[in-house]
Amino acid sequence: MKRRAGFFVFATVLLILPLIFKDSYFLTVTGTTALFNACLAISLNLFMGFSGQVSLCHAAFYGIGAYSNAVFTTTYHFNPWISTIAGLFITGSISFILARPILKLKGHYLAMATLGLGIIIHIFFVQADNITKGPDGISGIPNLMFGKINIKGDATWYYMASLLTIFYTWLSLNLLDSRTGRALKAIHDGETGAQVSGIDTDKLKADVFVLTAMMASLAGSLLAHKEGFISPESFNLQFSVELLTMIVIGGLGSIFGSLFGAVFLTSLPEFLSKFEDFEMLVYGLILIATMIFMPQGLYVGISRFFTGILKKLIKKDE
Amino acid sequence: MLQNIFQFLITGLTVGSTYALIALGFTLIFNVSHVVNFAQGEFVMLGAMAAIFFSGLKMPLFLAIILAIILTTFIGILFEKFAIERAKGASLTSLIIITIGASIFFRGLALVLWGKNTLSFQHFSGENPIRFLGATILPQHLWIISLTAIVVTVLAYFFSKTLFGKAILACSYNNKASKLIGINVNLMLVVSYGISAGIGALAGALIAPISYMSYDAGTMLGLKGFCAAILGGMGNSFGSVLGGLILGVVESMTSGIFSSAYKDAVSFIILLLLLFVRPQGLFGKGVSERV
Repeated sequence: MKRRAGFFVFATVLLILPLIFKDSYFLTVTGTTALFNACLAISLNLFMGFSGQVSLCHAAFYGIGAYSNAVFTTTYHFNPWISTIAGLFITGSISFILARPILKLKGHYLAMATLGLGIIIHIFFVQADNITKGPDGISGIPNLMFGKINIKGDATWYYMASLLTIFYTWLSLNLLDSRTGRALKAIHDGETGAQVSGIDTDKLKADVFVLTAMMASLAGSLLAHKEGFISPESFNLQFSVELLTMIVIGGLGSIFGSLFGAVFLTSLPEFLSKFEDFEMLVYGLILIATMIFMPQGLYVGISRFFTGILKKLIKKDE
Repeated sequence: MLQNIFQFLITGLTVGSTYALIALGFTLIFNVSHVVNFAQGEFVMLGAMAAIFFSGLKMPLFLAIILAIILTTFIGILFEKFAIERAKGASLTSLIIITIGASIFFRGLALVLWGKNTLSFQHFSGENPIRFLGATILPQHLWIISLTAIVVTVLAYFFSKTLFGKAILACSYNNKASKLIGINVNLMLVVSYGISAGIGALAGALIAPISYMSYDAGTMLGLKGFCAAILGGMGNSFGSVLGGLILGVVESMTSGIFSSAYKDAVSFIILLLLLFVRPQGLFGKGVSERV
């Protein structure tokens, strides 16, 4: 219970925020997007930050989930929940088949292979227009229903996204605190060492890859119903790179760091939009500066900064 | 059919030459600093955009291109000085994020300077096609292929015969040992980033007449260069040139014979399959793992 104190505080804050900031556009619109990104960042971090692998195709799995719900509910009039399960099944199968050959690769080759996979899936979204309606995307995706309750509106979706984020955080924290989590950290510190201590590293890496891909897919399925419209642009390589940036800016291997990184990078453009044409320029500069001055990520960097100030204050008192 | 294949081969070699140049830039930076420079494609874009801009000022074509290359080289040097060098000791992932940040920054810079429009660039010596063995060859194709050949030769000479080139090579083998025998490693890093940016700019100026250019066109070109470098075996300059040519030819053949819709997908599928079979690339040596 004590170990999870941070988690309970976080979950409570997330659910209470809308009561404090009533009818805040920033919270319910940008905040919801940030939470969706946080879900993706947490799952990507589980794969990258803890087991030390690289993936540049996370956005593609997110896309498979979203497209599955969009296609099955609009073209075939399936129930949204069945479509979600179908999406999970498709993502699971693709990642399961490809996991072993791809994860045999290391370092830059692994980065290139996952990047290639992401691009191939994205090209499929754009080109297979008899299924995906091509670059124009799919519109008119029906609302999500819980029995008779219709899920719509910004505030409701904020709660949905919060619940998903809390679930993913809980899942990740528990997973990391288990035998599997410790095995993952062993792979991160040295694959050969992990093998020597009896961990089936190939199987474990593949399992985590499939699990995190399916986590991304589930978030994508929900996103399709939230937006009501999806297009290939949302699931391109740029977005995969942005997710990578989120977890590195937040701090690799820290669940709350990923949350922080996702919220920071999602809301940054909102603040930068007044720079208009200079927006990209400033965004790039902020990324570079963060990595130069806080190479372990903002979350660690800022908490060290504040503990530093605290220590100085305490010293002064003495 | 045979004529067509010859045509695809020429187009493929042309595009492949630019991929080869971009891949060379990648390999140079990777060897010296072990950083995968995600801003490499942006050097290509900056070179092309600057060349178009200078030639728009009624400058002679070749002066414009040379100025563009100098400008981009200078940007490459500044990038090393103010970003990479400052981040000494940062992990490789952080360095990669810095290059990603730089690529966004360069794109933003081009957007501010030249706007969102797609720009075209004049062919170096007219557009009268030469007919050869039933294929149509543009003078620009010959420019691209021959200039690439010249650059590759000059670089090979530079790295194998001159003291300076050998010093850079030494840094890429072993940073610490090079420092110990009195090589100014920081200077070599700066020079490598400069050369790499310059080669990228040349590639951009060469390809701009046939493929147009816009502020965001660098990303895909950079990826293709990365793809070529991996295909050839990361870190192997000879391999990356061949990787670029192979990638260009395969791409042009598949889009010519099958369909152009899946052109980009095909090159990545081939890359994935290759990596499954030969994880170290075509010409990379397999490394035994040290524990």
